[in-house]
Amino acid sequence: MPNNAAASMRKGSTVQKVILPGAKSTKAANKKKDEDEGVDAADGWDEWTHGKALIKPPDQLELTEAGLKEEITRILTANNPHAPQNIVRYSFKERSYKPTSAVDQMAVHFVLEGSLLHQDSDEACRLRAKEGLPEETATVDTGAEPDEEKPETLATLVEDGGEVEEAGEEDRPDSAASKTDRKEPKVTNQFNFSERASQTLNNPLRERSCQTEPPPRSIFTATATQWEIYDAYVEELQKQEKNKEKQKASKKDNDKSKKKTMLMETQTDDITKVVKASKIFERMVNQNTFDDIAQDFKYFEDASDEFRDQEGTLLPLWKFQYDKAKRLSVTALCWNKKYQDLFAVGMGSYDFSKQGRGMLVYYSLKNSAFPEYIYPTHSGVLCLDIHEQHSYLVAVGFYDGCVAVYKLKEKGFEPMYKSSAKTGKHTDPVWQVRWQNDDMDNNHNFYSVSSDGRVVSWTLVKNELVFTDIIRLSLNGAVSEGPEQQPGIAYGTSFDFHKQIDYLFLVGTEEGKIHKCSKTYSSQFLETYDAHSMAVDAIKWNHFHPKVFISCSSDWTVKIWDHTINTPLFTFDLNAAVGDVSWSPYSSTVFAAVTTDGTVHVFDLSINKYEAICQQLVVAKKTKLTHIEFNPIYPIIIVGDDRGYVSSLKLSPNLRKKPKGKKGQEQPKGPDMEVAKMEKLLSLLREPEHSTV
Amino acid sequence: MAGTGEGKKEEADYKRLHSFPLIRNTGAAGVPLPPSHTDMPEEMRVETMELCVTACEKFATNNESAAKMIKESMDKKFGSSWHVVIGEGFGFEVTHEVKNLLYMFFGGSLAVCVWKCS
Repeated sequence: MPNNAAASMRKGSTVQKVILPGAKSTKAANKKKDEDEGVDAADGWDEWTHGKALIKPPDQLELTEAGLKEEITRILTANNPHAPQNIVRYSFKERSYKPTSAVDQMAVHFVLEGSLLHQDSDEACRLRAKEGLPEETATVDTGAEPDEEKPETLATLVEDGGEVEEAGEEDRPDSAASKTDRKEPKVTNQFNFSERASQTLNNPLRERSCQTEPPPRSIFTATATQWEIYDAYVEELQKQEKNKEKQKASKKDNDKSKKKTMLMETQTDDITKVVKASKIFERMVNQNTFDDIAQDFKYFEDASDEFRDQEGTLLPLWKFQYDKAKRLSVTALCWNKKYQDLFAVGMGSYDFSKQGRGMLVYYSLKNSAFPEYIYPTHSGVLCLDIHEQHSYLVAVGFYDGCVAVYKLKEKGFEPMYKSSAKTGKHTDPVWQVRWQNDDMDNNHNFYSVSSDGRVVSWTLVKNELVFTDIIRLSLNGAVSEGPEQQPGIAYGTSFDFHKQIDYLFLVGTEEGKIHKCSKTYSSQFLETYDAHSMAVDAIKWNHFHPKVFISCSSDWTVKIWDHTINTPLFTFDLNAAVGDVSWSPYSSTVFAAVTTDGTVHVFDLSINKYEAICQQLVVAKKTKLTHIEFNPIYPIIIVGDDRGYVSSLKLSPNLRKKPKGKKGQEQPKGPDMEVAKMEKLLSLLREPEHSTV
Repeated sequence: MAGTGEGKKEEADYKRLHSFPLIRNTGAAGVPLPPSHTDMPEEMRVETMELCVTACEKFATNNESAAKMIKESMDKKFGSSWHVVIGEGFGFEVTHEVKNLLYMFFGGSLAVCVWKCS
């Protein structure tokens, strides 16, 4: 209140000073008078300058002294005279109108915002800086003075309406606004704030929907009537009666019919239906498992051969083995001429104290895990041969002297033909069998050689095996006519037929001799070569050159012969008993031999006449290699050992190198070239000995 | 039909004989019937048939109650929604879910059709 009073006082004075012509109400005048009287000290400055010249408004009420001295008492109460006192509200509780006591009694008479600033305050400093008044002497009030007039004028103008209080009130926002607008456009607003917002990326929405198929429905139509129901029952009863009769009748036949149904069931449950599919599947699995081997088989060429000059290597590929034939040793190998991935393996034993069962199995390169065909035999297999044209026919010679022919087309484990004691079977182990061309009547026939000294021709006639003795071997060269001359027998261990000359064949014997025989002359040998000091294990004609053949023996040697010459052309000592030897199908000068120390020897006479170009140990120590065979097409060989394993090996490029034309001339291809190659070799040998040839 | 002329003795006979429940489906004798006769699986069929027999015997005079009982039991056992019609003579054509239809005669004069279609 004192503040207010002071402010109003000053206001009053200014009004007096500046605005003279303004009309004044009595109320205002009274007020002014009160102020003037009460606070003269404050206005002393004014009075001092202007003297005591009192200016009275013309319409001022002239009062007498008494009137002036009269005391008019005014009592200020807290009651608002303008506030209504008879407000009633409906009370729902009492269901009647009730006066409300809560009336707003407050009336604002006057409001004035102060414009004084403490001179040390921040705002004052700022203001000063803005107006360029560095001196502290300058009062803040002076700066604010000019604009104070405006609100005052306004206030006084409104005063005419008679409501000072309200004018003041109205004054406030106006003045404040105008002040800030003009002078401090950039006063920092303490409520100023900045809003920052960010929005994260929303995951995109995706619609998924599916529809299920409704359960299948169908429509059913029928009519239920009494007669239909009746008919149905009658029919059913008749049926039942019939069934009863049938059952009585069928009880007798029951046993028979049961058997029939059983048979039917077993037929339908035949598992052989999936045989083909499962076979394909097995091969697929194997191909996957041994993929790297298959890749090697097809594409790998030993690059190091280029730097090795002449020597080559053998790359082991698949290994074939059958669990049930584990104890048996490989006694024969033969490739199928028609299906070049298929080969037959004869299993038996060379140990004469451990003879027993044998086995004939077929493997395919496409499935190294399990044989394609399996034929268990009672006696050990010692030799076999697959027919060249009819590749399903395989002739087998057994330890017990029997020969047999198996036909792959036939089901079951029994051979199609088998010799018996009646039909001229050998009395000793059969060491070699070999198919021959069909005879005049187009019957298949094959030859066999055995330790009993006989070479027998077998002919397949309808359903029996007809035998013909071709020759009986004897020690003395002269063939014994009488069957009783036991001591004269020479034990045949191997033979081979000439590729071109049909009648000509060679027989190797246990005592190391090789006899050249003819089918037509059963009484004598054409020639006898004193070849080896031990049994001749294998004897083979060259694939290309008609005169050359090779023989190997347990006396550690391999010998190459010209059948027209009595002495060997070449002799190679391999430092171990030689189990088998085989000419390569692609070159006349390449052959391979296996020895009992587990080594494969590959020779190429055109490259080295004295040493093997590859000697490689291919099986574990103490395992004896028994047989070797070249694949007719692919550059691989298979070797069998005495533990029943068959290993396939790939020949490195050096081992199947074609000879280069040394003087830049194009060499003729084909068999002629091979013959020429061999001939060249032979001529080199012959010249010192047979200068006349 | 043959028995029409034979008199009432036979009629009594057939009432006795024809009291067993007779399911209309592909007969054992292999008589070719319309494809959509009773096609429920064996187990379900037997159960439903027994239920129908029970219901019909229980409410021998009130087919509506019997139908209601069958319907409610079937709804509980095999899921909704089952429909049942019981009567001595009526014709119908209904759409039913495959393997959920039973059409049988019972007691010589009643036909019961139970099917599911939700």
